[in-house]
Amino acid sequence: MTAVTWRHRRRRATSAVMLALTGVAALITLLPLVLIFGYLIREGASSLDLAFFTHTPRPTGESGGGMANAIVGTLEMVGLAALIGLPVAVLAGVYLAEARGSRLATAVRFTADVLNGVPSIVVGIFVYLLLVVPMGGFSALAGAVALATMLVPMVTRTTEEMVRLVPRELMEGGLALGVPRWRTMLGVVLPAARGGIITGALVGVARIAGETAPLLFTALGNQFWQLDPRNPTAALPLQIFAYAISPYDDWHRQAWAGALVLILLVLTLSLGARFALGRAQRT
Amino acid sequence: MRKTMEIMDAQPQITPLRPPVTLPAPRAGAQGGPAAREGAAPAVEASGFSFWYGAVQALHDIDLSIPERRVTALIGPSGCGKSTFLRSINRMNDLIPGVRHEGDICLHGRSVYERGEDVVHLRKRVGMVFQKSNPFPKSIYDNVAYGVRVNGLARGRRELDEVVERSLVRAALWDEVKDRLQKNALGLSGGQQQRLCIARALAVQPEVLLMDEPASALDPIATQKIEELIYELKDEYTIAIVTHNMQQAARVSDFTAFFYMGRLVEVGRTQQIFTTPREERTEAYVTGRFG
Repeated sequence: MTAVTWRHRRRRATSAVMLALTGVAALITLLPLVLIFGYLIREGASSLDLAFFTHTPRPTGESGGGMANAIVGTLEMVGLAALIGLPVAVLAGVYLAEARGSRLATAVRFTADVLNGVPSIVVGIFVYLLLVVPMGGFSALAGAVALATMLVPMVTRTTEEMVRLVPRELMEGGLALGVPRWRTMLGVVLPAARGGIITGALVGVARIAGETAPLLFTALGNQFWQLDPRNPTAALPLQIFAYAISPYDDWHRQAWAGALVLILLVLTLSLGARFALGRAQRT
Repeated sequence: MRKTMEIMDAQPQITPLRPPVTLPAPRAGAQGGPAAREGAAPAVEASGFSFWYGAVQALHDIDLSIPERRVTALIGPSGCGKSTFLRSINRMNDLIPGVRHEGDICLHGRSVYERGEDVVHLRKRVGMVFQKSNPFPKSIYDNVAYGVRVNGLARGRRELDEVVERSLVRAALWDEVKDRLQKNALGLSGGQQQRLCIARALAVQPEVLLMDEPASALDPIATQKIEELIYELKDEYTIAIVTHNMQQAARVSDFTAFFYMGRLVEVGRTQQIFTTPREERTEAYVTGRFG
């Protein structure tokens, strides 16, 4: 009798300890985001004014100015990268899910995983050699290609997983009606996987929006307005990097503000992804 | 080995594919002149059909004909090849890598494996209902309309509405869903989903309807509805149904084929299979002594 209660107590104690440990670990993962966000608001919010969103950087020594060109440049490059990368990634993901065992699929899957692990600075150098050198200059286009190079393997793999999650029976149900395979994929399987694919795409886009290293050798950055994708273009991460290592207090404050804007941008995309997934699951 | 030999020896006995006309037709009264149909050519006819998954042979030299506008039940223990056979008729197994076959299956006299046979068209002619109901994540209406639209079987909205209604009525689902056709099909109950899948299959006007354990995941009441539906549908359709449920086979089918270890052991009128089976193995199975 006593042995049973003792064992029972020990079991409950173990359970409580494990629960506490996992709870603390969960809190620790949350901590960095909360700290970063709090710190950015404290340091950056005061420098956020209308001028920050409407003006280009002032020359060295003058105070004021903003990062309007960098914000637009980031949106331009991320948009271009999504335009180039997402169609390729989604189609490749569908291929991987459908041609699961084929030799090409195995090779592509392996390549995507390796590419996912390649340091982003290397991607920047690769695109520098591929585009910047032949084109004779830095450009938003090269920046977008570098970002797309990072985006494609990420979204390819998430798309593959999402398409695989769709029950095989759904595809068979379509085929059994005399619907061609490609049409079943488009009309039945992809809509069923839509929520997950959109989430994967948005998470991928949010991830590349904050990348600095691939842009160093490709977009370079710019102090002025530049909307032509063939020319060097400013981007938020680049501007933050440039300002943060500068010796001027005013630029430091602007770097904080830029970081806050960037994290808000990424957060918006992530929340959008959540929302898209939630809606897709409900319908 | 001896068992195998027994089965092999048994083969000649089952070659008369259609049972002799002299046997009294089951449910003759309910059918109303089935004799006229007895002479009809089989809808599906397999001859010497063998099938392999990679190196594993799943079907051995199957000779079986599925008569027109009748319900044929395929019974047998798990892994006996009955589902494989069913999925060979509409070539659903083509999707699995490393499969091959020998022999032939004919649909209304024409080989489904003939070179140049359009698999997509074949599957339109041979509808299929699966074990797990698999409605598309679309509205009830779109589920039924999907195959019709893709195959271009209806001209205009009104005709499509008619086809959808007719199919749902035929699948005994119309009254339950007519007020919520635009609602998502995944909101239906399991039994309703399965009847929706039947309606969806009927909408493209197949010549043959294959059912792979259509009621095995359903409760008794939903099962009864499906069985009643099958009974109704055989006026118009040729139905082949795989089932693990012996009572179900006895209730809904006119003919029963008993599969065991990839071989067709015996086929005949359902009544005969269940009351006076020729093979000992069949008797053992239908009386529940194994399987």
